[in-house]
Formats: sequence, C-alpha cells, structure tokens
Amino acid sequence: MKIELRDPKYLMKLSKLGSFHQSKLSFLRSFLNEFKDWEYKRDLFELNEKGYGRAVYSFSKNKRTYSLVCFANEISDEERSDRVIATKWDAAFALHDGVPTKEDLERLAHNVPKQEVGRLSYKELTLSRANKSIRMFNHVVESLSKGNQPDTELLSKVGYLYRTTAVYGSGKFGLADRFRIKNREEIFGPFRLEMMLVYLVRQFTFDQVNHIARYKNPNTAVELDQNICRNLGIGNSTGLGMAPFIVNHPMLLNNWILARETALKKIREIKEASKEEISIFKNCLVKSLKNVTSWNTDSDFQNKKIKQLNEDLEKFIKFLNEEFSFKKAFPFNNIYIWAEENLNDECIEYIVSMLMEPYDEITKPLINKMSSDEDQYFNIPINRTIEELRNILENKYSEVLKIDFKKKENNQNFWFISKNKEEPRMANRYEIEGSNLEQPLAIARDIKKLYETIFTLKNSLKVGKFLKDNNHLRHVVRRAFITEKFPYAEIQDNTIGSKLMPIDMLRLKLSFFGAIKFDPRSDKWLRICMFQGAPLPIDLKSFDNHWIYNSLN
Amino acid sequence: MISFSEIETTVKRATRSVGFSWGIAEEVGKNIRLLEMFGLPGIKNINQYFKIYNNENFENINVYAKANFSKKFFCPIISGVNFFDQSSTISEFKQIEINNLAFPLLFIPFVSRTSEIIGKRIFLKIDNKEFLFNFNQSIYSNYLSGDIVEKSEKINLQFLENKNSFSENEWSELYKISENTFVEETEESKQKAAGAGLTDND
Repeated sequence: MKIELRDPKYLMKLSKLGSFHQSKLSFLRSFLNEFKDWEYKRDLFELNEKGYGRAVYSFSKNKRTYSLVCFANEISDEERSDRVIATKWDAAFALHDGVPTKEDLERLAHNVPKQEVGRLSYKELTLSRANKSIRMFNHVVESLSKGNQPDTELLSKVGYLYRTTAVYGSGKFGLADRFRIKNREEIFGPFRLEMMLVYLVRQFTFDQVNHIARYKNPNTAVELDQNICRNLGIGNSTGLGMAPFIVNHPMLLNNWILARETALKKIREIKEASKEEISIFKNCLVKSLKNVTSWNTDSDFQNKKIKQLNEDLEKFIKFLNEEFSFKKAFPFNNIYIWAEENLNDECIEYIVSMLMEPYDEITKPLINKMSSDEDQYFNIPINRTIEELRNILENKYSEVLKIDFKKKENNQNFWFISKNKEEPRMANRYEIEGSNLEQPLAIARDIKKLYETIFTLKNSLKVGKFLKDNNHLRHVVRRAFITEKFPYAEIQDNTIGSKLMPIDMLRLKLSFFGAIKFDPRSDKWLRICMFQGAPLPIDLKSFDNHWIYNSLN
Repeated sequence: MISFSEIETTVKRATRSVGFSWGIAEEVGKNIRLLEMFGLPGIKNINQYFKIYNNENFENINVYAKANFSKKFFCPIISGVNFFDQSSTISEFKQIEINNLAFPLLFIPFVSRTSEIIGKRIFLKIDNKEFLFNFNQSIYSNYLSGDIVEKSEKINLQFLENKNSFSENEWSELYKISENTFVEETEESKQKAAGAGLTDND
C-alpha cells in the first residue's frame, strides 16, 4: 500500500504545527545517539565555596574535541531576569572548538559573561547563559548540605535547576560561521552543538550544587542522587526571537517536517508489525503518560490543550485495548486513520511521535537529512515565466490566497527588530508606530500581493523581466520558487493576523529540539524543559533509547 | 572578527534602511558576504556608498544594451540586480560597455553570480583593474589594494566562450602519462567481462 505524504495545506497551519511533540527525530535525542561513544571529561573545575568560578567540560573522539567553558557569576536577586534585556546571569557558557588554551580562557572570561555585548571568535561555536531556578537550587543545596536528598515532589514541579535564556550559534557575535564546520559528520543533524552545550550545562548544574553543598557543610554533605539527576533537565525561556527563524529558513523548515512526514508515511505503509515493535509502541505510549500528567502550566491556553490531550489519550488507549487488533494488515495506518477521525490535533501529533518509537531503521537515515543549505536555491530562476509562477502560487499557496488582507484583523500585526536588544518583536500596526520598518515576515500578505500583481500579466513574460519593475516583490518571488521544490517550506497561514498565537511558531521549533512540558507564560513566550530523564555522561556508552519516557517526574 | 553571517545580516538591514526593497536587500547581503569571502573590500565600499546614496541622484541601467551611457553615475545595486535578472539576454551581446558606474566593486558579486548561472567565465575591466570571474568559484584579479573605488568611467565586460586553456597536444601528453595507471587485460578477463557469452541479438 502506498500512503501519500500529508498535504502541506492541511499540515502547515499554525494551530497544527503548534501541536507537535518531541520524537525520535528530535535534535537532543539524535545528539545523544551521535555522541554516545565520545569520551566525556570534566577538564577543569575551579569554583569557590559559593560556587562561583570557571569550569571546562569536553567531548573528544579521535583528534576532535569540543569544550564547554562555564563561568559562574555572583548576581543579586534583583539582577536575575530571564528576559532578553537582562545584562547579568548566574552562569554563562561558550562551546569552544578544541581544547582552550590559557589565553583562550582569559579571552572568554572577558567576553562570555557579557553575552551579546561581548565578542567571540571563530574558535567558539555556541554561546549561552542561564539563571538558577532559585527555589529549586537553594532547596537542593540546603538538603544536600544537611546530608539529605531533596524533595523529589518539589523538584518534579519544575524539573530543572537552571534555565537557559538564549542559545546562540552560527556566526552570532563573532562565533564561527556554519560553513567552517558544516562538513563534520558528527554535526550533520541540525543544532547538534547547541544541544551539546545544553547537555553539558546540565552536568555543570549538578556539579555546582554538589560543590556548594560540600563547602557549606563538609561533615554532613552528600552528593545529589544520580537517579534524581537523571530526572532533572535544563529549563529554557523562549520568546519571539525564535519565531522568525522558521520563516527565514524555509528549506530547513521543509527538511524537518519532511523527515517527520516521511517517517509517518513509511510507518503507515508497514503491513505487519512484529511483537517487539508493538510492545515498544505500547510501552512508550503508556510510559509517556507521565510526561503529560506532570505537565504543569498556569496558561489557560495550554491547560485546555493538555486536558484535551489527556481525554484523547484515554480514548485512544481504550480503543487500542478494547477494539483494535494489530493482526489486521497495516496496523499503524489503521491507528492513524482512527486518530484523524476521532481525536484532536494535539493527540494526533502525539501519536505520530509515538509511532516512530519502534522504528530506528526508518528514523535514523532521516536524521542526517534534516540540515539544509539555504544558499542553494537563493538565486531566482529568471528565465521561468509568469505563467509558471502563477501556477506555483495557485497550487502551493491556495490557502494563503483565500485570506482577505483588506480586513483590518488580517493585517493587524507587524514584526520588527527592537532597537535596544536587536530582537524580533511583534506589535499592532494600528496602535504602535514603526510599521514602515516592518520585517519581511508577512509572507502570506506579500504572496497575495504578488498573485494580484501577476494575475493579468502575459503568460510568456519572463520572471527576470517582471522583476525590473517589481523588485518590491522580489523576496516572495524567491520564496515561491523555493516552495515549488520544497513542499513544507512555508507556513500556510497568516503570520500577522489578530488571531496569531506566536507561541505556535515557538512550539514547532522547540518540539524538533526535543523539548517537553511547554509552559506558555503569555501568547509570546514560554518555558520548556530539555534533557529531563536523559542519561548522564557516565551512562552514555549504553542507555535506553526511549529515555525521554523514563522520567519519574 | 566579524563573522560572515553578521556581515550578511547587517548589510541586509542597512540596504533596506537606505530605501531598497527587502528582496534587493537580501541580494546585497549575500553579495557583500561574497566579496569579503573573496578578500575584496565589500564593507568599506557599501558603507561609503550608503553615506552618499540618498544625497546623490544615481541613474539605473534598466534595460541593458551593448553600450550603456549616462551623464550621471549609475547605481551599482539596481544596475547589478538588472544585470543578473537580464543575464541570459545580456550574455548574447558577448561584450558590453558601461560608462560611469558608481562604486563598481559593488557590481562585482552580481557578475560573479551571473558567471555561475550562465556557465561562462566573465572578464571585467574597471578602468585599469582586471577581474576574471570563474563560475562564482573564484575571482582572479590584479586589484589587490583593498581600497574604496568610488567611481569608474569605463567598464568593459566580456562573456568568454567555454574553451580549453591548453592545446590538444598538451592534453595528449598528459593523457599519455595518465595511461601509466592502466593495467593490460588478459584474454581471460576480456572473455568474462560484462556481456560476455551472451548474444546481443536476443
């Protein structure tokens, strides 16, 4: 049986994309698989009794080393902020390419804690900072210093000791450009080095609490239990900065979604599932429920989605146990069709992620195809005709062409870059000044403008000639030809309408990172957790691939 | 050191801010990155150009002819975009001339990218500075000073035919040397090679 890939017009709606969950394709899971046979080391640990100072952790294999350089700083409670406008953090990190020299460490000490106003070099690959979850951190230190393990129930409410507030890579603030390292096989999957940084930061947080507790009370202190460590991840606060990324990287977006859709298609085409495969699927599904039931948020928007997900999962498990037979041919296709007919988006996409769990042989080859070279299709094919361009718009953007941008509510917002932090922001164009400096992120509106402009033009007119008088539409002409080749390159929705939930865009990206427990704090930013339940560095040689469902929290 | 990614982003934003469209700003961001990668002074030139851009009245070459003249100086960006967009028709001229082009180094990346698109080398002469564009893979030039070039009165551009840079004889000599890596086949291996023993008339 041949199953078609899901239709982009159905899939690439923001409400659908905002229902995606982590899966086997997620970057933090593929990072651990790639680096499991690398040698992990804590090379330097120079913290004072309060836990301030520097540390270096590394992964090495053959002649290559990646080193995380950490700087833990003293800041007051008033200075602690997760907002991007903050200027001080509890800790700051850079991933250095190779083994840092004394001079490198000196240079980094002057720049890494400054983050955006510091300068990095081509020898650094990623940059980040993090703040303590003070309540958790102090509780853990206090407990350990007295010889007790912390209250796991309390820890489970948060799930981490530190929250990162940004992770930068690819040439930002002087970091190495992607082209310098793109041929390294170990980083063929996207965001590998960002994942490495976060993973090593997690280990630093454990080492730091143990160190402080020991200094606080050397006679009674104990180390944080490794099982508790495994159940702690790293938090992350994410705002609008992430949203434009998926619009600005159409081929990358396509490759992520295409990998997911290809996996789903191949799994739906499986005629018979083995006992082992069925058992992995069912086990992961049941174990994963803990991640849903311990998903805490104050957001009404998310709570409604979680409630719906819980109800749908209950319905699904009942269906699996009472009505469904794996003996019937194409069992996973039958499951998918039933889910489409009976469940909501949040649960359908949850099941899509679960279906991948038994199938390493399907997901593994897809992981290395999830990177992209955005420059490859940058040049506009000037010899194509207006008729061809019109056909692309009608075939690939039919949903977008239905939007009436003359209606105020469909044209309400504009995206801009803030002057103080150079970060993407969104505002109401009818209330806030600055829409003349709008970023080119209103793709749906501009595509429609392009369509209206070319509607009556001569079919045979060449695109190169058309552009002579229409360069204001050049950016969307380029996109249209990219979307022709890459079906999932474009969000088929309005990114400036009054009903836009920007966190849908954040959730899409973060689900591919492998984040769980999305906790929207408004419609524009959210908190998440990464690596919760993940093996510790000492476990890497041999660990359960389904670790993400092992969390006790 | 400023990364190429920072160069591209900043130039794109700056280009938009002086009044070009986002689509053109994307082109210029890529172009300056390209110039800097090839070791040519992209940032210096674009910075200087943007300082005067809104105070001077530049002309555009909208439709290319064999000879393109103007009393005022041509804008290298719009003229470059149009050069790229019209490259398939321009290349038929084999040779073109442009008089009075402002900041001609900013025109260079469009020519380099065109060389790749049309699959031909392009030779460009900006007054006495010579550039050979090799399919956007490299630029060979006698211009090494890295200075700002504000104006050029005369630009000549030739689309070079795809032909070998060596003689038949030189190729034969080299080929002969390469034959030293070949091994003489035995009768047996010839008989067992692909298709052996079958009739081709089946």
